[in-house]
Amino acid sequence: MGDLKLPDIDYGALMPMLILFGAACVGILVEALVPRRSRHGVQLGLSFLAVVASFVAVIVAHGTRKITIGGAVAVDGPTLFLQGSILALGAVSLMLIGERSLERGGPFVSQAAVTVGSQKDVRQAGDQPGATEVYPLTLFALGGMLLFVSANDLLTMFVALEVFSLPLYLLCALARRRRLLSQEAALKYFLLGSYASAFFLFGVALIYGYAGGISLGAVHDAVANPQRSEILLYGGLALVAIGLLFKAALAPFHVWTPDVYQGAPTPITALMAACTKVAAFGALLRVLYVSFEGVRWDFQPVLGTVAVLTMLVGAVLAVTQTDMKRLLAYSSVANAGYLLVGALALNKEGLSSTMFYLVAYGFSVLAAFGIITLVRDADGEATHLSRWAGLGRKSPLFAMAFSFILLAFAGIPLTSGFTSKFAVFGAAVEGGQTWLVIFGVISSMLIAFPYLRVVVLLWLNEPGETTPTVSIPGFMTAAALTIGVLATFLLGVVPAPLIDLSQDAAQFIR
Amino acid sequence: MNDFPFLSILTLLPLVGAVVVACIPRRKAELAKRVTLAWSLVVLALSIFMWVAFKAGGDRFQFHESYQWIPSWDARFTFAADGIALVMLMLIAVLMPVVILASWHDVDDGQRSAPTYFALLLAFEFTMIGVFAAADVFLFYVFFEVMLIPMYFIIGSFGGARRQYAAVKFFLYSLVGGLFMLASVIGLWVLGGHTFDFTRLLQSVGEIDQNTARWLFLGFFIAFAIKAPFFPFHTWLPDAGGAAPAGAAALLVGVMDKVGTFGILRYCLPLFPEASRWFAPAALVLAVIGILYAALLAIGQNDLKRLVSYTSIAHFGFIGVGIFAFTTQAGTGSVLYMVNHGLATGLLFIVVGMYVARRGSSLVSDFGGAGKLTPLLAGVLFFAGLASLALPGTAPFVSEFLVLIGTFTVHKAYAVIATVGIILAAAYVLWMVQRTTQGTLNPALEEVPAMRKDMTLREKVVVAPLVLLLLLLGFYPKPVTDVINPAVQATMQDVGKTDPGPTAVTANGGVAR
Repeated sequence: MGDLKLPDIDYGALMPMLILFGAACVGILVEALVPRRSRHGVQLGLSFLAVVASFVAVIVAHGTRKITIGGAVAVDGPTLFLQGSILALGAVSLMLIGERSLERGGPFVSQAAVTVGSQKDVRQAGDQPGATEVYPLTLFALGGMLLFVSANDLLTMFVALEVFSLPLYLLCALARRRRLLSQEAALKYFLLGSYASAFFLFGVALIYGYAGGISLGAVHDAVANPQRSEILLYGGLALVAIGLLFKAALAPFHVWTPDVYQGAPTPITALMAACTKVAAFGALLRVLYVSFEGVRWDFQPVLGTVAVLTMLVGAVLAVTQTDMKRLLAYSSVANAGYLLVGALALNKEGLSSTMFYLVAYGFSVLAAFGIITLVRDADGEATHLSRWAGLGRKSPLFAMAFSFILLAFAGIPLTSGFTSKFAVFGAAVEGGQTWLVIFGVISSMLIAFPYLRVVVLLWLNEPGETTPTVSIPGFMTAAALTIGVLATFLLGVVPAPLIDLSQDAAQFIR
Repeated sequence: MNDFPFLSILTLLPLVGAVVVACIPRRKAELAKRVTLAWSLVVLALSIFMWVAFKAGGDRFQFHESYQWIPSWDARFTFAADGIALVMLMLIAVLMPVVILASWHDVDDGQRSAPTYFALLLAFEFTMIGVFAAADVFLFYVFFEVMLIPMYFIIGSFGGARRQYAAVKFFLYSLVGGLFMLASVIGLWVLGGHTFDFTRLLQSVGEIDQNTARWLFLGFFIAFAIKAPFFPFHTWLPDAGGAAPAGAAALLVGVMDKVGTFGILRYCLPLFPEASRWFAPAALVLAVIGILYAALLAIGQNDLKRLVSYTSIAHFGFIGVGIFAFTTQAGTGSVLYMVNHGLATGLLFIVVGMYVARRGSSLVSDFGGAGKLTPLLAGVLFFAGLASLALPGTAPFVSEFLVLIGTFTVHKAYAVIATVGIILAAAYVLWMVQRTTQGTLNPALEEVPAMRKDMTLREKVVVAPLVLLLLLLGFYPKPVTDVINPAVQATMQDVGKTDPGPTAVTANGGVAR
C-alpha cells in the first residue's frame, strides 16, 4: 500500500469559501446557543461579516492563478471575478433578506411545517418573528456557489451544485404570506432540481467513461485526442449541459422559473435571480470553455438553438403575464438567453462580456425585486399588474426607480442593460454567431413591450381605489435599492472599469 | 475661436437646465417657466456664436472634440459638426425658446406638474443637440435611443385624448428601428476595425464586402426610415403628432424626425456608398409614394394636428427624393428643406395649437369662419399654410424647387410625379384654411369665450421670429446654403456620385471651393 499523501492545499486561494462555510457552521451553533430574542441581530451581523470578509479574501487573492486541493478547485481569473460578483450580489440580497421593518417579523415564516390555514399558521403569519435559519442557509448557498464556479472536476461541481441547491429549496418554502404557493414552489423546484442533478450525474458518468477522468483538463485532453466512442462524449455532454441549463433557466428547462420565482419569498427570488444565475453561467462557461472547446462545432448549433428558443420563449411569454414576479421571471429567462449568446461566442470577449452581463443584470434584478417587496397592501405584496396602476402619482420616487430598471431591462442606453447587451452581442458577432444576435435583437423588440406596458401602468394610468401604498423602506432595503439603481446607472455610463476588470480576468486555467 | 469646446457645452447645457428645472417645486410654476425660457435663450446665444465661428469654406468637420469613454470598445465622446449638423443645431436652438413660450399655459390646469413638463422639454433639447453633434457612432446611437424617453413622457403624460396609445406606439416603433440599427452598429464595429470614430470608419468601411454592407445599410436605413418617417413606416406619426401637446408636436415633427433624414445623410450614404446606390431606386419609390399617399390622407383628415402630421410625411417624401437623387443640388435642397420644414411646420403646429387651446377641440368641423373672430391668428395660420405648401417668397419654396430641379437632371420621372405633390399640397392646405377660418361663422364658435380673443402679445412674440425667418430665407437663403453646400458635396463625393454635366448649376452660382 502506498502512502496516502495529503494533496497540496492553498488555503489563501480557498479562503473565500472557507470563510463562508465556517460562518455558516457558526450560524448553526448560534441557532442552538443564542437566545431567540437576539438571534436575528447576531445572525445578520455574522452573515454580513462573513460575506464582507470573504469578499476581502477574494480581493487579496486577486492575482492567484492555480489549481489546488488535488485538482479539485481552480482559482483563476474567471473564478475570482465570479466569486466577487456572487459575494457582492449576495451582500445586497442579504440586505433584502434581513429587512424586518416592512412586515412584523420579516418576510419569512418561523415554522414552515405548520399546516397551511390552521390557527397556528394564522398566528405565526400574524406576529411571530421569522426563522433565523435563513442566514446560515443563505451562507451555505453562497458558499456552494463560490465552489460551483471554481470546481475543476465534474464531481466537485456536482457536490457544489447540491450544496447550493438544497438550501435554496428550503428557503423557497419559507414565505410568510401565500404559504401554499410557497410550498408548491419549493416542492417543484426540489423535484425538478433533483431530476436535473440526476441528469448531471449521469452525464458525468458517461464522460468519465469517455475520458477516463473527471477533471476538466482530462476531459479536454480526451476530446482533443479521442480514444473511445463519441456517443459517450455527446451523451455525457448533453446530460451535463441539461443539468446546467436547468440551473441557468434556459428553455426548454425553464418551466420551473415563473412558479418558483412567484412562490418564493421575494428576497429569495432576488437571490436566485442574481446569484444563482452567476453561479450557473460560471460553471457553464467553465465546462464549455475548458473541457469541450474541441467539439465547439458540434455543440454550438445545439446550444445556439437553445439560446434562440430561450430568448423567444422568455420574450413572448413575458408579454402575456399579469403578475409582476412572473413577468420578471420570464424576463430573467430571456436574459439567460442573451447570456448564452455571449457565452457561445467562445472567445475571450465572449467570456468577459458574459461575466460583465452577469454583474450588470444581477444588480438591476436585485433592485427590481427590492421594489416589489415595498409595494404592499394588507395581504402582503401586491404583485398583480393591475394593482400597480397609477403608482407613479402616489410615489414618484419608487416609480421612477422601477421605470429606470425596466428601461435598463429593455436595453435603453445610459443603463447597464444597454452596455451589457452591446457587449454580449458584439462578442457573438465577433465569434461568428451573427444569427444569434439577430434573434437576440428580435427578442429585445418583443420584450420591450411588457416593460413599456408596466411603465405606462405606473405613470399614465390614474391611481385606483385598490392601488396599494409603497411602504417606506427600512434602512437595509433602501440601501439595497440605492446600490442596485446606482450600479445600473454607473455601469451604463462609465462601464469601462468593470469591462477592463472582466477582460483582465477572462482566462481560464486548465 | 475654434478651440472653444462649443459642442460639448452646447450639449450639456440643456441637461443641466433640465435638472435645475426639475428641482423647482411644483407650486412655483412661473419660476420654472422663466428659468426654462432663459436657459433656452442662453443655448440659442451660444449656438449663434457657433454659427459665426463656423467657417463655411473650411474643414468638413469643425469644432472637433474627443474625450475617452470606454477604451476597450474605442467608444469616445467625440463631437464634431459639419454644415448639415450645424444648421440642424441652429434649428433646434431657434425652435426651443419659441416652443417654450408657446407652451406657456399648456400645463396651467394644476393637475400636472409644470416644472416636470419644462424639464422634459430641456431634456429633449439635450438629446437632440447630442444626436446632431455626435461624431462617434456609439454616442450617436446612445442619443438616438435616449431621445425617445423625454418625448415618450411628454406625449404620455401631457398629451391629448389618445395619449397612452400614441406614446406607446411612438416608443415601440422607434425602439424597433433602433434595435435594427443596433445590430448594424455592432456589425459595423466588428467589421470596421473595432472603432466607432466616424472619420476612421469612413476609411475602413471599404473593406466590408458588398453583401454585408447592404445588410448593414438596411439596419441603419430602417431605423432612419421609421424615424423620418417614410412610407410605409409612417403610421406612428399622425398618432403621436395628434396626441402630443402642440408645442411638443412642433418639436417632434420639426426637429426629432429630422434625425432620420440627417442620419441617412450622415451615416448611411458615406459609410455604405455602394449599398446606398443599390437601394436608391427603392428609396426613391418609397419617397414618391409617401409624397402622394400622405398628401391624399392629409386632404381627408378632420383633425388639425393629424392633418399637419400627414403634411409632414409628404414633405419628408420630398426630402427623401432629394437625398437619394445624389446630386449636390437636390442634396442641398433636402437639407435646406429640413430646416425650412422645421420652421414652417413648427409654425403651423404652434398656430394650430393656439386655435386648439381656444376652442378646446382640434377637429376641423368644430371651426368654421374663425377668421371673423380672430383675424390676426387666421392670417398667421394662412401664412403658415402658404409656407407649408411652398409658395414662392417663403423659404420652403427654395428648397422644394432645388430638390425638384436637382432630381429632374437625373430622374425625370420621379421629379415629375413628385411635382404632383405640390398641387396636392395646395389642396390640403387651402381647403383646411378655408374650412377653419373662412366662410360663414360657425355659431358654436361664438359661444366659446376664448375664441373671441385674438392673438395676445405672448403669441405675437412666439410667431414673429418664425414668420420673419421664413420670409428671410425665402428671399435670401445664401447664408444657409453656403454652410450646407460643402457638406453635401463632401457627402456626394463619399457616395461616389458627381453631378451630371454642365446642365446643373449650383444653387448659389459657383460654390465656395
